[in-house]
This record gives sequence, C-alpha cells and structure tokens, in this order.
Amino acid sequence: MLTDQAGKGVHNHTPGPGHSAQIPLRTGGDLLQLVSPEGERISHPEFDIWVKDIGDEHLCSLYEDMTVIRRIDAEATALQRQGELALWPPLLGQEAAQIGSSRSLRDDDFVFPSYRESGVAYVRGAHLSEIARVWRGNASYGWDPLRINLATPQIIIGSQSLHATGYAMGVQLDGANTAVLAYFGDGATSEGDVNEAMVFAASYQAPVVFFCQNNHWAISEPVRVQSHVQLADRPSGFGIPSMRVDGNDVLAVMAATRVALDRARKGGGPTFIEAVTYRMGPHTTADDPTRYRDPIELEDWAAKDPILRLRKLLEAKGLLTEDVEARVKSKADAVAAELRASCIDMPDPQPLDVFNHVYSTPNSWIERQKDHYSRYLNSFNQPVEEGAL
Amino acid sequence: MSKLTFARAINAGLRKSLENDPKVVLMGEDIGSLGGVFRVTDGLQKDFGKHRVIDSPLAESGIIGTAVGLAYRGYRPVCEIQFDGFIYPAFDQIVSQVAKMHYRTQGRVKMPITIRVPFGGGIGSPEHHSESPEAYFTHTSGLRVVAVSNPQDAYTMIQQAIASDDPVLYFEPKRRYHDKGDVDETLDLSTALPLDKAAVVTAGSDVTLVAYGPLVKTAKDAAMAAADEGISVEVIDLRSLAPVDYPVVEASVRKTGRLVITHEAGQSGGLGAEIAASITERCFHYLESAPVRITGFDVPYPYSKLEMHHLPDLDRILDGVDRALGRRNSLSGLEG
Ligand SMILES: Cc1ncc(C[n+]2csc(CCOP(=O)(O)OP(=O)(O)O)c2C)c(N)n1
Repeated sequence: MLTDQAGKGVHNHTPGPGHSAQIPLRTGGDLLQLVSPEGERISHPEFDIWVKDIGDEHLCSLYEDMTVIRRIDAEATALQRQGELALWPPLLGQEAAQIGSSRSLRDDDFVFPSYRESGVAYVRGAHLSEIARVWRGNASYGWDPLRINLATPQIIIGSQSLHATGYAMGVQLDGANTAVLAYFGDGATSEGDVNEAMVFAASYQAPVVFFCQNNHWAISEPVRVQSHVQLADRPSGFGIPSMRVDGNDVLAVMAATRVALDRARKGGGPTFIEAVTYRMGPHTTADDPTRYRDPIELEDWAAKDPILRLRKLLEAKGLLTEDVEARVKSKADAVAAELRASCIDMPDPQPLDVFNHVYSTPNSWIERQKDHYSRYLNSFNQPVEEGAL
Repeated sequence: MSKLTFARAINAGLRKSLENDPKVVLMGEDIGSLGGVFRVTDGLQKDFGKHRVIDSPLAESGIIGTAVGLAYRGYRPVCEIQFDGFIYPAFDQIVSQVAKMHYRTQGRVKMPITIRVPFGGGIGSPEHHSESPEAYFTHTSGLRVVAVSNPQDAYTMIQQAIASDDPVLYFEPKRRYHDKGDVDETLDLSTALPLDKAAVVTAGSDVTLVAYGPLVKTAKDAAMAAADEGISVEVIDLRSLAPVDYPVVEASVRKTGRLVITHEAGQSGGLGAEIAASITERCFHYLESAPVRITGFDVPYPYSKLEMHHLPDLDRILDGVDRALGRRNSLSGLEG
C-alpha cells in the first residue's frame, strides 16, 4: 500500500530512523495488517521497521493495556447499570485502535478525543475517578487537560478536529516538534467541522494526525450512510495522505500512527488514518443495538476480536505464561476495584457550585443569582413567622 | 380519544402528515430503523419507505441546508435535530437562510420547513443534551417558534407546523416524552386552537403564571399547591414563543395585576425578559407589582448532579408567586 508515487502537494520528509515511509495520496485499496486474525505475524517491507523495537516485553504490556481497558469498560458498564454512572459509552472492540495509537504518542504530544476514548485517557494518565466523574454527572470535566495533554471528552461530533488543527498551527508557529492527534468516528467525517479541519490542516501543513476509528456504526447508521467511498479515500481530495489500517491489529495501528506522528514532527504535514474496527457494544448504555444491527455481523467481528488476536500471537510466541496471565489479571482486577471505589466514594457537588467558573472574573448577574439562590436555599431552614413580609 | 404518550402523539401526528401530503419528508439522524433516539419516528420508515423517512448523514448544517433546497422544490421537510445542543452547527442555515428566504424573495419562495428539537433538561444527560436554545430563534424574524406541553397539542401542533408555510421550530420537552394524556386523533385541524395562540390552562384571579414546554406541568402543579393556601393562580401555556400571543397574557394580567414567568432557559435575554417588558408596556397601570422571572440561571447547563438546582421547580415557582403577591418569600427584606 505504500508506493513511491508521493502525491502532489505532499511534502517529502526525512523519515524515521534510517528508512523511508512515504505516504501516497490514496487511490483506494489495502488494509495494513501486521498480525493476521489468526494471530500470525505478517511481515511488511515498509512498516515492520516502525515496530521493530516492540519486543516480547512490550507486546505483553500492550496485551495488559488492552485487557485493562476492556475491564474498565466492563466495570463502567456495570456501574451504569447499577445507577452509579448516568451514562457510559463503551469501547468494547476498539481496544487495539485506542492502545496502538495512544501508546505511539509522546508525553508532549497533544490529543483531542471524542467521548469514547476512555482507553486513551487511561494511557495518558488520567485517574480512574477522573474518567468516571463526567459520566457520573459530578462535573463537566474529569482530568486537567493541560496536565496530561489530553483535551476533555468532546460530545459535539467532530468539533475537536478543528481544535486539534488549531493547536497544531500553534505548534508550528512555535517552531516546536510536538505532534497533535485528533480522534473521531466514521460518522464524524460527515460533519462540516471535520471537513473544514482538513482544509485548514492541508493549507497550513499543520502537524496533526486525524485518527478516525471506523467502528462501522454511528449510533444506528451504518458507515455507508456517511460515505460512498472508503473513508481513507476522502482525505486525498484535501491533499492529505491517508492510511487504512486494520484497527483490530494493535501492531499495525502502532506502525501507522508512528509513521504519521513522525511525519507531523518533521514538517511533513497532516495525515489521516482510518482504523477499521468494530463497536461490539451499544453506542452508549442508553442505546439498543438490536433494533438496527444484524447479530451475524456482530459474530463475524467477535471472531476478529483485537485482544483475542494478540493473545494468539503471544501464544504462538510462547509468551502467554501463567505468570503473565496472572499479572495481567491482577492488574485488571485492581484497576476495576479502584474505578468502582473511586466512583462510589466520589463526593457530591455542592448546590452553589452551579455558579462557579462561568467567567474568569466576577460577574454581577451571576453574583446576584447566586446570592438569591443561596437565600432561597436558606429559607427552607427558617421558621415561618406569621404575617412577616 | 386515546391515551398516548407524548412521543407516540407526535409519532401519530407525523404519520398523519405523511399520509395526507406526499410532499412531506422526514430527515434526521437515526430516525429510520432506530425510530429516533427517543423513538418519536418509530415505525415510520418501515411504513413510508426510506425515501420519505431519511436517515441523514451526521451533518446538521447539511440537514437544514438540504431542507432549504427541498423546500425550493416544493417539499415540506420535517427535520429532526437529535438534541437541542446539536442545533448549533445548523444555526447558520436556520437564521441566515431558512428565516430570511420568504422576506428576501418577497414571498416568492416559501420555506415550509419544520425543525423538531427535543429540548430542556431533567433527564440526567451529559453536556449539550439539556439546552433551552429557544431565545436564539425567537430573536430571529421569519421563524415561528412553538413549544408543546401535552400530548394533544403535540399531536395537533406538529401537523399545524408541517402545514404552515412558514418555517417552524417545534420544541419538544424531552423529559415529558413518556407522560401520557388523552389525544383526540379525529380533531379537525381547522377547528383546533391555531398554532400561534396561547391557552389559559388553569383559571385564576390573583397571579398570572406564564410557562411553556416542560414547565407547564410544573406551573399547573404550583397553581394547585397555591390553591391550598388560598391563592388563585392563572396558568398560561404560551405554546407559541414567536410570535407571542400577547392579547391572552394581557387580558390575564389586567385581571390579576401580577405576573410571574417561568422557563428553564437562562434569565438574561430570555423570553421572560421579553414578556416582562412587553406586558409592562401594555398594562403598566394594571400591574400591582413588578413582573417576576423564575428561570434557569445564567450559567451553562450544569452537569446532571446539579441540574435540579438549575431547573425551576414547584417550590421556586411558589416562592416567585409569593414575591409577586408581596408575601413572605426568600428575598423578603432585600432591596432590589
Ligand atoms: C453535532 C452532533 N450531532 C449529533 C450528535 C449525537 N450523536 C452522538 S454520537 C453520534 C454518533 C457518532 O458516530 P461516530 O462519529 O461514528 O462515532 P462513534 O460514536 O461510533 O464512536 C451521534 C449522532 C452529537 N453528539 N453531536
């Protein structure tokens, strides 16, 4: 899938350590795979080099990450069912896409997620209570975006792609070599914002990676409602090169993301990655996929489960020892227990918090409303005096 | 007469419009096989086909912008915006195009577009799912804005909105979707209360209480509670937010001499401000006290654990009624 025919308008760049990976403007085609659904390592002349440092230990840690975030997802779903969370957007099935991409980032890179990237938040170092807080309805943000270089969950579809592009323009103005990555779904590619982001990113050759998790569904709408061509084929019209990778193959996702990030850092401009994956759960805990989804389709994709695939690879390599299994399990158990405890122990917000942080400086409208509401709340504690005015 | 939930009543109204006029088409995200996230369009795609009940791409500007073209072509598009907070990407098409087309073309081109918007809070949702954006639209000339408060109105007003040659923003109080009420499905639209009329839903003589959408029920409950204390509250369901049916509000205030207005939207620049000013202009000499507004605060809609503090409830409305009547209330003794 990588050829020398670097498209017009795409900067050549100095590629990664001692090798070359040019990304053509796509004209359609293949899916990058480094591990087959049966768990066999597939070698690739251009991409292997981008994951050659991933040794046994590293592979096991990716397996741990994916297992842990699946566990976070299951625990959060259970917490929602028990009324501890108001809502939860499951990421079941998207573990390789989220771990492969986020484990490719440097700490100084900046990430703009949608609402489904809880796995990315975990990798970036958000505390579990910070991940739960928003979905519990206790706060409008969880983690400090400037502490972990991860913007807060974005609910407006595709909006964050513009923020990412603007951040990348800022990086460029600063002359820094930070890369920026925006996550969004297949449905988001229909929004004006995502298309406008691609216009800006291409015009200014901003160091941004558009990471589209094509999980095949936008709530009830299959991806064909959004696009008549493969999603990875669309960016070429903006002059943005793209890659189409098997999103259930953590190694392929890593290789592609590393190529794109490297390209961004070296002044090569934006890249679009379509990670082809599948949302195996409901859209959110409020959704009922049986109304629109064929169970056979789900079965097909369950067979391509990203964790299962990595397991098979580890097994083939003899890496899945009892020791590793036990370590991963105890980590997942601990994380789940911590998520549950931090969720249940979370203190409720105070009524007058409603008024905080609307503006950075005092505002007389709000001060007055806050004062009145506090008097109102206090009035419930006061004895009623006859005839008082 | 049948007992229908709010959501089913709108569904029945949409069905009737689709049956009666082949030019009616529905567009929106997830309105097809899913039947909309609130199931308001449940079963309609199955019965009318994919060309009349269209699952649109995820593009709100696209939904409204293509509706403009469909209207040019003689269609009557009914667009669903999935949640209030997602209407803003379509704002430009609504205020710059839909609202102005009739005026721009001096009546040559009509925009019979209905835009359905589930609005308001109280369902424990995350950000952008509980907004009350009606004032942005009431501020825009050329748009009709209505908010429905009960299943019967939901049923008739959706049909009236679709039949209207003006563009109509049709706000549905999402926290009332499951409330049931009597719906007369044989009601003749020509004899039903017109789309732009307010209704006195509880008669009273001491205070006029104006509400719309989700708060009409709360206002009626407040009137009942006030009656227990011997206070007679007249509740007006505004129904039409643009234009406002001032004669009905005026007649009530001339009788009661006192006005309380309640809405979930923030206070500043809200509909309450407009009504307070207009009524003060129209019946200053009849007012016994300054109009009182009981509204959401001037803050972004808060996260769900705090939304019950933001939303006017029965007690806050009663406190406002006490204020209008000069009875003891939470602000007693406070100047201004
Ligand atoms: C502007 C806007 N329109 C509609 C919605 C409602 N909505 C939330 S998620 C969603 C589907 C998104 O699908 P996709 O972009 O493929 O991402 P996924 O949820 O599958 O990860 C929709 C329509 C929204 N949040 N924002």
